[in-house]
Amino acid sequence: MAMSQTKMAVAEADGVLESAVSTRNISKNYGEVEALRDLSLEFPRGQLTSLLGPSGCGKTTLLKIIAGLLEPTSGEVEVNGSKVTGPGPDRAFVFQDFALLPWASVIRNVSFGLEMRGVAKSEREAIAERYIREVGLAGFEHAYPHELSGGMRQRVGLARALSVDSQVLLMDEPFSAVDEQTRRKFQEDLLGLVQNENKTFIFVTHSIEEAVYVSDQIAILLPRPSRVSEIIRPSGFRNKGVDNIRRDPEYLDIVDEIWASLRTYVE
Amino acid sequence: MKLFGYRLPGMSSLIIWGLLWEIVGQLGLTFFVPPLSEVIVTLYEVIQTSAFQKALFETAYAFLAGVFFAIIIGIPTGILMGRTRLLDELLLPWVNVFLSAPLTALVPVLMVLFGFGMKAIIITTTLFAIWIIILNSRAGVKQINRSLVEMAHSFGASPTDAFFKIYLWAALPEILGGVRIGIIRAVKGVIIGQLLISIVGFGALFELYSANFLMGHFWAVLIVLFALAFTISEFLAYLERRVAYYAAKR
Repeated sequence: MAMSQTKMAVAEADGVLESAVSTRNISKNYGEVEALRDLSLEFPRGQLTSLLGPSGCGKTTLLKIIAGLLEPTSGEVEVNGSKVTGPGPDRAFVFQDFALLPWASVIRNVSFGLEMRGVAKSEREAIAERYIREVGLAGFEHAYPHELSGGMRQRVGLARALSVDSQVLLMDEPFSAVDEQTRRKFQEDLLGLVQNENKTFIFVTHSIEEAVYVSDQIAILLPRPSRVSEIIRPSGFRNKGVDNIRRDPEYLDIVDEIWASLRTYVE
Repeated sequence: MKLFGYRLPGMSSLIIWGLLWEIVGQLGLTFFVPPLSEVIVTLYEVIQTSAFQKALFETAYAFLAGVFFAIIIGIPTGILMGRTRLLDELLLPWVNVFLSAPLTALVPVLMVLFGFGMKAIIITTTLFAIWIIILNSRAGVKQINRSLVEMAHSFGASPTDAFFKIYLWAALPEILGGVRIGIIRAVKGVIIGQLLISIVGFGALFELYSANFLMGHFWAVLIVLFALAFTISEFLAYLERRVAYYAAKR
């Protein structure tokens, strides 16, 4: 039921889109507590989908289930048509607290994913160098995480996730631990990534503005137990350039609309 | 510390204590404390004797072997305890008991089990050192950042990779702290072993010198032993400082 609703919503907005990731009837219980109930959601290929909701609505739980880091109590996740049983090379994770190895240099951190896949040292460092340049950290290859600012650390985390070249990028509130100005720059850069990298992005955030700014599709989750209450697909302002989004009437309307539906759930 | 505007090098206070020792010795208050200068002359002589070199070798051998086993067994045990609930529940009470137990009282039992030779001394040394190493390695793993573990998992790290590339490194500051304290305890262990189990090495020298009231010799060997223990401990403290940059932010 919920699934067909989701599909209809997607189909209505955009014609039929191919899903890179689908979650089917996911439930997750922690003992007595029901974190997610019967949650079904489609994530269109090559687009950025945000999971947005008040804190405690299980959006990070859902992301970690998709990542294979948590097991759902029932239901299943499919990535490119195959069922998820654990972490896999088709998905890469960007962590809220960066999760960098503090004893390793930037280049070793970025190449860590490749190292785990058994890529030879010279090859993985060449790849890592390319992505370090791409995220704008050229010259910091041999710096250590504690020598970098929060924003630069998250760029390392992002380069690490990009360097394994997974089709799906899972981002758990990636910009919540960096300052406001850095966050804006990140959001602009993220739009560029979505356009150029041809990957599917799943993005957890608690910021309404951020979700509307970066997303092709926003799934609003409501808490206790978590379910998808609404799917919004902003379409009008995506191609008007990064500078014009925040004053686009559609952008402002969607932000207001989402706040109106969420405000009753915020303590 | 600064004195009259001059910066004093580290451990300058030892000069004052050395002078005090010399004065007390020169006053001849007690046969127990010969002047420091005399001790140093004796030290120089003692070091060249073959008895001393043999003792040094025996002690170093037992000490290094004991510490080696304490580290090789202690660190993995501690890390596994930090990771597996079951193992932790099984072993933690014993580790705590042995950490605080007067191990010297166990030495006679070890003699019965392992004889009067080097083997028993090495085991005594290991027993003195191992518990704090286990406990610190365990503590190091316990405080590991959850998301580092998830990160390794999400990028497909095998259990071996996770052990050597995440857990070991993340716990390294605590592990080194444990090894340093363990080594200080091992010095105790090796000397107690040599005194109680079989009179060899430095233990034999202490026994010989104190029985014959050769206080100059006695202090000379003691100074050598203190200096060795202090040097090793300082070296490990140096290693600890090398990893301190990330100890605070993991």
